[in-house]
Amino acid sequence: MKAIICALLLALLPGFAHAQDQGVKLQSANVDLSNTASLQRGAKFFVNYCMGCHSARYVRYNRVGKDLGLTDVQLESYLMPAGGKVSDTMVSAMLPADAQKWFTVAPPDLSLESRSRGADWIYTYLKSFYLDPKSKTGVNNVVFPKVSMPDVLWELQGTQKAVFNTIKNPDGSTYQVFDHIEPVTSGKLTPEQFDMADRDITSFLVYMGDPVMLKSRDLGLRVIGFLIIFFVLAYLLKREIWKKIH
Amino acid sequence: MSAEKEKRDYLDVTGGWLHRLRDWIDARFPMTKFWNEQVAQYYAPKNFNFWYFFGSIALLILVNQIVTGIFLAMNYKPAAASAFASVEYIMRDVNWGWLIRYMHSVGASMFFVVVYLHMFRGVMYGSYKKPRELLWIFGMLIYLALMAEAFMGYLLPWGQMSYWGANVIISLFGAIPGIGSGLEQWVRGDFYISDITLNRFFALHVVAVPLVLLGLVVFHLIALHEVGSNNPDGVEIKKHKGADGIPLDGIPFHPYYTIKDICGVIIFIAIFSAIIFFSPGLHGLFLEPANFEPANALKTPADIHPLWYFGPYYAILRSIPNKGLGALALLLSIVILFVLPWIDRNPVKSIRYRGLLYRGLLFVFVLTFIVLGYIGMQPATPFWAEIGQRLSEMYFLFFAVSWAYSKPRSRAYLVITFICVMAVISLFDWVSWVPSAAVLKMYSWLIPLVYSLIFLLLPALSPKLIEPKPVPERVTMK
Repeated sequence: MKAIICALLLALLPGFAHAQDQGVKLQSANVDLSNTASLQRGAKFFVNYCMGCHSARYVRYNRVGKDLGLTDVQLESYLMPAGGKVSDTMVSAMLPADAQKWFTVAPPDLSLESRSRGADWIYTYLKSFYLDPKSKTGVNNVVFPKVSMPDVLWELQGTQKAVFNTIKNPDGSTYQVFDHIEPVTSGKLTPEQFDMADRDITSFLVYMGDPVMLKSRDLGLRVIGFLIIFFVLAYLLKREIWKKIH
Repeated sequence: MSAEKEKRDYLDVTGGWLHRLRDWIDARFPMTKFWNEQVAQYYAPKNFNFWYFFGSIALLILVNQIVTGIFLAMNYKPAAASAFASVEYIMRDVNWGWLIRYMHSVGASMFFVVVYLHMFRGVMYGSYKKPRELLWIFGMLIYLALMAEAFMGYLLPWGQMSYWGANVIISLFGAIPGIGSGLEQWVRGDFYISDITLNRFFALHVVAVPLVLLGLVVFHLIALHEVGSNNPDGVEIKKHKGADGIPLDGIPFHPYYTIKDICGVIIFIAIFSAIIFFSPGLHGLFLEPANFEPANALKTPADIHPLWYFGPYYAILRSIPNKGLGALALLLSIVILFVLPWIDRNPVKSIRYRGLLYRGLLFVFVLTFIVLGYIGMQPATPFWAEIGQRLSEMYFLFFAVSWAYSKPRSRAYLVITFICVMAVISLFDWVSWVPSAAVLKMYSWLIPLVYSLIFLLLPALSPKLIEPKPVPERVTMK
């Protein structure tokens, strides 16, 4: 009976996974946090393309440097704005009040974006902008309809258009369902290269969401290893003490 | 007494100063007396199984929560403007802060996992029955205090789900007729959840409730040591004592159960560590994704639900499309657990010797509770609301059927109970009838029907199914 209960409890777990937005199928980000080069490229992309508007106000440059193997000099010359201190947090130069005026909403802080949205969402979102003349920014997004953010990566990815299917309701009215995305113009990067850049950015965001994950898994293995040895010794002692009990 | 002599010799070799210190203390404080009475000469049944680990593990988690809580409180700021940022400060800038915080947040969820398993053990082996009714009630009070503690602690990170979850739960006070809205405001200390609410929840979470919790745990243990533990056979070991007055089937808690519990604790810590180090959020189950966004009073999340451990009750609350009645059902679902010793009065304690149908009943109850927990985390679609309602009915039916199984019943008693149960359920369906949901309603009506057919009508046809098996005089070792 207890085996059945445990099995049921475990079987339920995946059902609790975070629900996806809008019913659009998210693509797997395949983030690999042990790939430091990818994280470094992601940091560079983040600083160049995201930080114009977004901050990561809980993340310090020198923490990024320490975790990603960058020296203070490298941080200063590749990632940081001139005149900053390495112990500064990654705050965008754009003032929130200005941002509010220009985009109607202030761009959210991205320190924890990967934890609230998930890696797959970010990965899919960044590559799912499409041209939409009705939008103020000229683009719209499949996973985040009516998003205020412009397609900052268009230069790398090129532009895309979305293809919709028209579905008829029983009462004769129609509605549009997203089908797929098609490239319109090509960007500086090939689609494969762009996917990789997208993955780099996503990896960096995942790293920022929980920077300790880089090391905690290693520590976890050691803790559990210790516990296994401890258990064997404790169990042998238990067997010795319980010998007389029948 | 050669062991005693050996110990003396050892103490003499060490200079005997430890020995003398013990005697010095014992002359002034009942240290050795207490140790012997409560641990070294406290006799527990020798047949404890896997399910008996969870009491001591719960105690361990309580200590974990208090110790990690103290360190968190050193860096946490209970103010609306800085709470969220101070948690991130702990996670990123405080040395080992992330570990302390994950130990606390994962610990909270694991506390409930362990307490639910501990409670299930109590139900499975009839540990709430005479003479352990008060022990059960103290346990239930601990559970209640734990719920209050978890609820208030969850507001502290000041994320979106903290804010809106607390909003939903506090608004339940508003369902009380007459004083409701005033009470709601009094609890919040404001017209909406604000800095004031956060600040008082912090005070309650770190001082008030932990004090109550610790007091109740002491009472729970005093009651336990007064009556002695039950065991998987549900037989009283105190009935059969040796010439020395020691129960024949009892063994001293120390060293037998201290060493056994250490083994259980190590396995528990290994699982606990695996979660902390590899998946502290456990796919949104222990840390909800929406809670990584700071609280925003102007932005309601698409779907508000409490953490998993409140899921079953939340599902029961939502199962009735009327706030007052829903809140009443929620209250009743918890209160009814308190009086379980007076509902199930069957003299056979352990499930090992209960009838086949009672075993099935308990199994279905556990399943009901788990599925209700799942439904409590789903968006409130008509389908889930309907299933939630039916499962809530099954939750309460467990107690009705347990009552019916308390003693041998006549065929007429069971048939009449069956008719009454289905009449009440059908009447409720009729009152809340919505033509647009008629088909779903009619199909789902089969759920309580099948349940009652199996657990009430079937034993009327074959009374053997609820007949207990002979209970052994002494405990059995498996």
